[in-house]
Order: sequence, then C-alpha cells, then structure tokens
Amino acid sequence: MADLSKSEEAVDATPNVTEVATVDAATETEAVAAIEAPVQQGEPILQVRNLVKHFPLTQGILFKRQVGAVKAVDGISFDLYQGETLGIVGESGCGKSTVAKLLMTLEKATAGEVFYKGQDITKLSGRALKAVRRNIQMVFQDPYTSLNPRMTVGDIIGEPFDIHPEVAPKGDRRRKVQDLLDVVGLNPEYINRYPHQFSGGQRQRIGIARGLALNPEIIICDEPVSALDVSVQAQVINLMEKLQDEFNLSYIFIAHDLSIVRHISDRVGVMYLGKMAEIGTDTQIYDHPTHPYTQALLSAVPVPDPAAREGRERIILTGDVPSPANPPSGCRFRTRCWKAEDKCAEEVPLLAIPQVFVGKDTQAAHESACHFAEEKDVVHAA
Amino acid sequence: MTTIDKTSSVPSPRGSDDFGGPLLEVRDLHVEFSTRDGVAKAVNGVNYTVSAGETLAVLGESGSGKSVTAQAIMGILDMPPGRIPKGEIFFRGQDMLKMSNDERRKIRGQKIAMIFQDALSSLNPVLSVGYQLGEMFRVHQGLSKKEAKAKAIDLMDRVKIPAAKARVNDYPHQFSGGMRQRIMIAMALALEPDLIIADEPTTALDVTVQAQVMDLLADLQREYNMGLILITHDLGVVADVADKIAVMYAGRIVETAPVHELYKRPAHPYTRGLLDSIPRLDQKGSELYAIKGLPPNLTRIPSGCAFNPRCPKAQDICRTDIPALLPVTERDGGELPGRGSACHFWKETIHG
Amino acid sequence: MPDKTVEKVTTATGEPAPAVVAPDSGPGAAKARSLWSDAWHDLRRNPLFLISAVLIVFLLVMAAWPSLFTSASPRDADLANHFREAPHWGNFFSPEWLGYDLQGRSVYARIVYGARASIMVGVGVTVCVTIIGTVVGMIAGYFGGWLDAVLSRVTDVFLGIPFILGALVVLNAFDQRSVWVVIMALAFLGWTQIARVARGAVITIKQADYVVAARALGASTYRIMFKHILPNALAPIIVVATIALGGYIAAEATLSFLGVGLTEPTVSWGGDVNSGRADLRVAPHTLIVPSVMVSITVLSFLMFGDAVRNALDPKLR
Repeated sequence: MADLSKSEEAVDATPNVTEVATVDAATETEAVAAIEAPVQQGEPILQVRNLVKHFPLTQGILFKRQVGAVKAVDGISFDLYQGETLGIVGESGCGKSTVAKLLMTLEKATAGEVFYKGQDITKLSGRALKAVRRNIQMVFQDPYTSLNPRMTVGDIIGEPFDIHPEVAPKGDRRRKVQDLLDVVGLNPEYINRYPHQFSGGQRQRIGIARGLALNPEIIICDEPVSALDVSVQAQVINLMEKLQDEFNLSYIFIAHDLSIVRHISDRVGVMYLGKMAEIGTDTQIYDHPTHPYTQALLSAVPVPDPAAREGRERIILTGDVPSPANPPSGCRFRTRCWKAEDKCAEEVPLLAIPQVFVGKDTQAAHESACHFAEEKDVVHAA
Repeated sequence: MTTIDKTSSVPSPRGSDDFGGPLLEVRDLHVEFSTRDGVAKAVNGVNYTVSAGETLAVLGESGSGKSVTAQAIMGILDMPPGRIPKGEIFFRGQDMLKMSNDERRKIRGQKIAMIFQDALSSLNPVLSVGYQLGEMFRVHQGLSKKEAKAKAIDLMDRVKIPAAKARVNDYPHQFSGGMRQRIMIAMALALEPDLIIADEPTTALDVTVQAQVMDLLADLQREYNMGLILITHDLGVVADVADKIAVMYAGRIVETAPVHELYKRPAHPYTRGLLDSIPRLDQKGSELYAIKGLPPNLTRIPSGCAFNPRCPKAQDICRTDIPALLPVTERDGGELPGRGSACHFWKETIHG
Repeated sequence: MPDKTVEKVTTATGEPAPAVVAPDSGPGAAKARSLWSDAWHDLRRNPLFLISAVLIVFLLVMAAWPSLFTSASPRDADLANHFREAPHWGNFFSPEWLGYDLQGRSVYARIVYGARASIMVGVGVTVCVTIIGTVVGMIAGYFGGWLDAVLSRVTDVFLGIPFILGALVVLNAFDQRSVWVVIMALAFLGWTQIARVARGAVITIKQADYVVAARALGASTYRIMFKHILPNALAPIIVVATIALGGYIAAEATLSFLGVGLTEPTVSWGGDVNSGRADLRVAPHTLIVPSVMVSITVLSFLMFGDAVRNALDPKLR
C-alpha cells in the first residue's frame, strides 16, 4: 500500500519532464522488486477493490458519441490468498469473464484497483507490468481456439520463454517444454505435433502447460472444463488440483457449473449482473446460502440422482437476466426475486454480513448483498 | 410421479392411428462417414424404440453417435460424407429409409420434429418470429397470412412467451436465449408432431433458464402425448424428465435402464464411471474419480468392447469379443424390466 | 451434429497409447502434421488440382524457355511465302503447325512466346497485390480506430473504380507499355480485394483466444502480428490471390485486345486476338488459336485457385 501512494505521487507531481522520467524509472524498479518478492505471510496475494468495467455504447459513424454503457462489472471486491482457490460463479452476462480479463490486464478497468502484492496492476506499465504478467497466467475455456493452429505444441508451450527470456536460457528450453508436457500428463515426444492432432482434453492440458511455463503464482481459469466431455472433465480437474499442491498456486476458478466449483474451491463468490451477490467459504455458500439468487441458482442445478432430487425444493425463477446496459435500480436481482419489496428498488444492498447474523456463531454469517438475507438450505434433501 | 404413470393414464388423442407397435423403432442402425483419416464408424448397430408419451434420453459424450442417430432418423444426415450401410428406422411400422424423398419430407416436420441446441442459428435472422412460426401453417395447412399469424400468437402463448401478441413481429435477435429456445419448441410443436427429437435443447442455456425450458418441454409432451427423444451429455438434465435412458459409447448402446434404476445401480462400467466422475453439489468430496484415457477414434475403434482400453474391469475376453446388449436381472434371476447392459461382466458391475 | 463427430475424427487420432503416457493417451499418427501439410495432402488427391497443375507447369516452362518449344521466332515476318497460311494440323510443334498470320508470322511461335507476357503479368500482379493488400489489411485490421477508418475509405475509393475502365485510363498515359507498366497499373487498381480479405481475417483472428493468450503473456505487437495473426490470415489471402491470378491474365488479354495493354515488341495473346479480329473470315485460326490459349490459361488458374480453396478453406476443417 505504501508503495502505491508513492507511485501515485510520482505521477501527480510533474515539475519537469526529465525528473518525472527518472522518478518513474525508480518506482518501476521498486515495483518490479515488490512483484518478484514472495508474498508476506498472512497477506492476500491479490486484493480487488471496487473494480468497475463499463463498455461504452456509442452511436454515429464519424462522430461517435456515447449513448450509454454496458455495466459488465460494477464495483466488485475480493481477496485471494496464496495456495487457495476462489471460485466465481454466475450466469452468462454476469461479468465473470470480464473480471478475468481485468485481472489479466487484458482490459483496462474503468475504475477500482487490483493490488498484486501491494502494487496496483491496473496502473502499471512497461517492465513492472511484464513482471506481473509472468506471475499471473490464464487458462482459457475453449481448447480449440486458445492454441494457435499453425504452431507446434513445443512452440506454444515455449512461447512464454521467448517473451520472458530471463526465465529459461535458450539451450534449456526444449527440455523445459518436455518437462512441462510430462507434468501435465502428455507424452514429451509430442513436442513437434500440432494442436489439431490432439483431442479437447489433451489440448486443455497443453493450455495448462503453457500457463505453468513461467512458474506463476496465480492462474486465472475461465471455464477451463466446460468445453470438455464429462469423462475428461474429471481428469483435468484432478490435474489442476495436483498442480496446485505441487506448485503452491492460487486459482481464480470462473465457471457456471456449481458442482465443479464446489469441488475445487475453498471460497466461492456468486456474481449477478456485474455485482457480487454473496461470497464465503464453500460450506457457507452451498450449505448455508443467504442470498435469494444463490438459493435459486443452487436449487436449479440438475442433480444426477433422481432420488436426491425429489426431496429438494426447487425455486424456478421467472424471466431473464436484465440487460447490463440498463440494470434495475437498487438491488439488481429484485426483478426476479420473490422477496422483493420497495426497499429493494430504492437501496442498493451492500455486500456485508447481514445484520441478523452479525455476531452469531453460524455459517450463515458471511457476506451477502441482500436486504432480507435469510438462510435456506436448497442443496440437501429435506 | 414419473411420467410413465401419467402418460399411460392419459388416453391417446390420436385415435385415428391403428398401428399398435411403438411409434419409432430403430433397428441395427449403422452410419459411417468418410474422412481424411479413413472411414469413421459413427453408429454401429443401434436399437431403440420410443412409444407415444414416452421420453427416451440418449446419453453420451461427443462422438458417441447420439446426434448422428437422431440425424439419421430425421433424414438430415449429410450424405456424402455420411452413409447408412445397414439398418432400419420404422416410424409407425414403416421403414423410413426405404421411403422416397417426398414421403420422408412429409413426415419431417409434420410427424417428427427436431429441436436444436443453438436456437439463434436455427432461426432465420431476417424474418420475424411470427412469420417463421406462421410459415409452418401456410405451407403445410394452406392457411392465410392472417390465420397463420393468429396461430403463431397462440403457439407463443403455449410456450409461455410473455406478451406474445406484442412480440410476434419481433426478430430472433430481440429475444433472449431462453425465449429463443421456446420459439424453437413452438416451431417444433406447430404441426403437433407425434415425435420430437431434442438435441441438447438446454446445453446453451443458463441453469436457471434450463430448468424453465425443461419443465416446459415435459409439460407439453404430456399434454400432446408425444414421444420425445432427448439427446444430451448431461446426466443431471436427464434425471429430471426421462422415463428410460440409453447410454451410448462409440456408436453403440452400452446400457439401457429406467431412469431411477440407472442412477441407483449402473450395470455398465462406463455408466458407473460417468456417475462417479461428477462432483457433488451437496458435499465436498476428495479427489474425483476419473475414467482414464480418451474416447476412441471412430476410424479405429478398439476390437472387442470399445470401452476396454479405459475400463477398470477389462479382461482378455473384452479385447476380443464384442459384448451384446443383454437383459440385466436381479442376483436371484428376477426380471428387471427395461434393463440391459453390453458388458461381459455386468453381473459384477451391478451386484458386486 | 455430424460436423462435431467428423471433427472429432479428424482431430483426435488416438490409437491406444503406451501405458506410460497415462492418463491421457496420445494421438497415434506417426508424425507431426501441420495444417499446411494437411492441405497439401488434400490437394494431391484432387484431380482438379492435378490437371490444372500440369497445365500450369507446362505454361511456366513455356514462359521461361520458349526456345524449347519452337525454333521459329515470333517476330520473323515472311509475307511472301506465308501470308495468312492455314494451319498444318498434322505437323505438331513445327512453325507452320498453327498457320501464319497476316504478317506471315508463325502463330505457333507467337503462342509460345506470348506465354511469358501473360504469366508474368498474372504472377507479377498477384505478388504485388498480395503484398500491398496484406500490409494495408493487416494494419487496418490490427490497429483499428482512425487508421482503419482512413485505410478502409481509401480501399473503398479504389474499389469504386471499375477495374478495366481504370486500367484503360491509367495505361493510356503511357506510349510504350512493357510488362512492368501493365503490372504496376493492374496492381495499383487491384489490391483492394486482398486488403479487404486480409482486414476481415485479421479482425477475426485478433479476437481468437490464442492471440489473447499471447497478449496475456506480454507478447510484443510485432510478435503477435507475425507469429500469430499473419500465419493464420494467410490461408484466405492465398485462396483469393490464386483465384484472382486467372482474372489478371484475362485482364491483360482484354487490355491488349483493346489496344491499351502491352505494345510491340512484346508478344501478347490479347494483342494477337486483336489483330486476328479483322481476318476472322479469311484466316479464322489467327483469332481462334490465341483466344483458346487465353481461355485455357485463365481456366487453369481458376481451377487451381478452386482446388487451393477447397484444401485451405477453414470451414472444411
């Protein structure tokens, strides 16, 4: 945090150009040093604060003017600790993939901060940004489009070394790539093959190997198994868990499949229309949900066991998710919520431990953005 | 509580048909595709039947042949590269594969309709939804434009699209994914077919919307007493609506069972593996069970049982002899109606 | 979906792998197969490709070493002995084989020597438009914004000029029109098609996950452009370019026929068609033979382009 205020001062103070340049270089070196240092005990490795991303809607061909904005992400905050997995669930259009892009600095945040070891990565550039990119990697959803079809597997997994040559000396790279193939359970002899010679599950392993190449600390997984067959999903999930233990990785696991998220996550955040509805440990969210949206979502999950199914209450929501360009006032879920009252249209509920549960020793005492939070188990048969 | 009871108690509204057998019967169907790497055997001897008012779920991974079978039934296979070297598909006792193109076209849409996964690409983006729904009536029943539109609104009401009257002139892109899938269902229902084939109807939808659409489909099926073939890879979706399940692997049916039975006691190692590999929602497990290996290459399906390289129970016989789909019985020989398994060791799998 | 199944088949070439590689078994096929080698594999099996390739090789050899095919000179006029002499169909490859024109020049020799101009114009224009079009399209597609707006408008302006009419106007400015002048004129007007295709391809590829992945790794613009985007944009560009090649040969013949294409002493089939036009009734071979030659050449390149498209079209894989 201290580092951050310093760098902000440096940017703000502009007495003359040359001086600014030298100060910038100094803060950059400092930032790189902070990024490369190990994370402090007990401190979160990633802190997201009020992150906002609005995509402007424009009209006109020559003279574009803004007529509105798609509020893809509208003020979300969370922490990620070393070695843990934070699951983020939500329906399509809730902004979870935009969160991934923002954390990867692939999109520029409209507002808010993302602190990685105390450095706000939304404001970094140059050397410091490159150092961050080495430490935060991504695994993509679609193994068919995330690998360049004209490159060999060796070139794909070796590309991180080309971009960050300091990580592996040139002569060492082929062996490193083969090691990585071995780590993800592929035959190291396949180094000269092309992606289309592999099946979906194998391609996802290649994508994971590429993500591991630079020894990152955080891997952001955007629906990493949803494009895979059921029998292959389990293999990839197991691999990811094994790698997490082996390399002490932190995962942000974005998915719409609630069962898989529960399986892999230590903590889970539920997103709805660009906001975090509820966040807590997996037990808190799945066994003691307090936000009506979480409850509806959980109750809608088809469970592959008709016997367990019958005892469960099902909440079937009416209507569709409203457009993020024009979200409802107050609580965004109120248009589909069976508990909505006037207050919900007027006041935006804050993400905090609901008043009724404050100070109580119960799993329901976790952050939930609802005026009428109430515990309800929808997962277990009554 | 299962749909079987309900449908059997409802008298069929179609008294005119005196054919007594099942609505649809697929017998020993084979489908091949010629590809760059050789002949891909997509379907290798599939048998199943569907009766009026019954829901058959065909469960399988990509490449299992579940969709190809459906396309063969609909007569919408790309031929070439596709080919049907063997097999019969009886619809009300008549082999559709022996019919002329004209006869098949008459059945398609009027008697058998299909719902696809991707509603957006299945609807014409430049025509209004009402026009596309009405087209069915104009073409097949010769209704006037006005009458057809009225029918279209009626259909949209039936699939519970709010404000149908106001939205009938909207275009497909103006609807949400769930609403578009409803329109697809309306279109399939338009001519009140005897059989609907739904190919992954809810895969592209969010969970909260999935539940709505599946419920709608089940209600309508009951109301119209239609046969329904539900093709899916999702064990969860099937559990809700199906009466019986056929599990496919490498172009063959490896297990058939009434829906509850399958989940309780799978009789094929592949089904068991699939069920075990799904994480649970209601409790946190340790490591997931994973079926090892990959689905086979259809140009080189393993000899014997196609599942043998991935099977934990595989013995020598599995590598040489193709197991037939045989009836499964209780330990004491008691009958288990509707159950079958294509495994040499089904006894050990279900009872051991 | 059958596509899905077929795709599965072509992608996952998995014969049971040795137990060492568990849990995933590997693709069995013995060696690495790039998409280019797959396309080549398809091409070799396409009879359309084989026929057109043989014809094109034949034309290329003719263009490079015309003296291999005839000892006669295309410019030797022997009015006294051979004025409008009819073809001697039996005497293959002899100077009198295809008869003589109204200046007493061997039509066969002129066909052989005319190949060079046609091929050079076709290949030359194609190379130039491919380079110009790819550069413009890539810059417009990759950087977007005002740069794209400006380049796209410029492209539209050029696209608005009717090709042959524009070439007529440009070429009229030159008295002596060599092969190079014609190449420059056609390339000047013809690059827009490739530019549009390249721009479209780049815009699509720019959004592909593998490009996003490279950006996330911190790859430089240069690297993204030349390692990721260009190799993937090349297929549609090559398809358009090979099909257009035949069109440029036809355009050259048309312009030469209209008298604004190649000028003497360059031997051109289009020019010969023009001079044979007057003799249609007395010596039809002077018109027909070069016309047929233009058709065969254009057709060969169109067939070739079609075969290449079938092999490279991403929709088919």
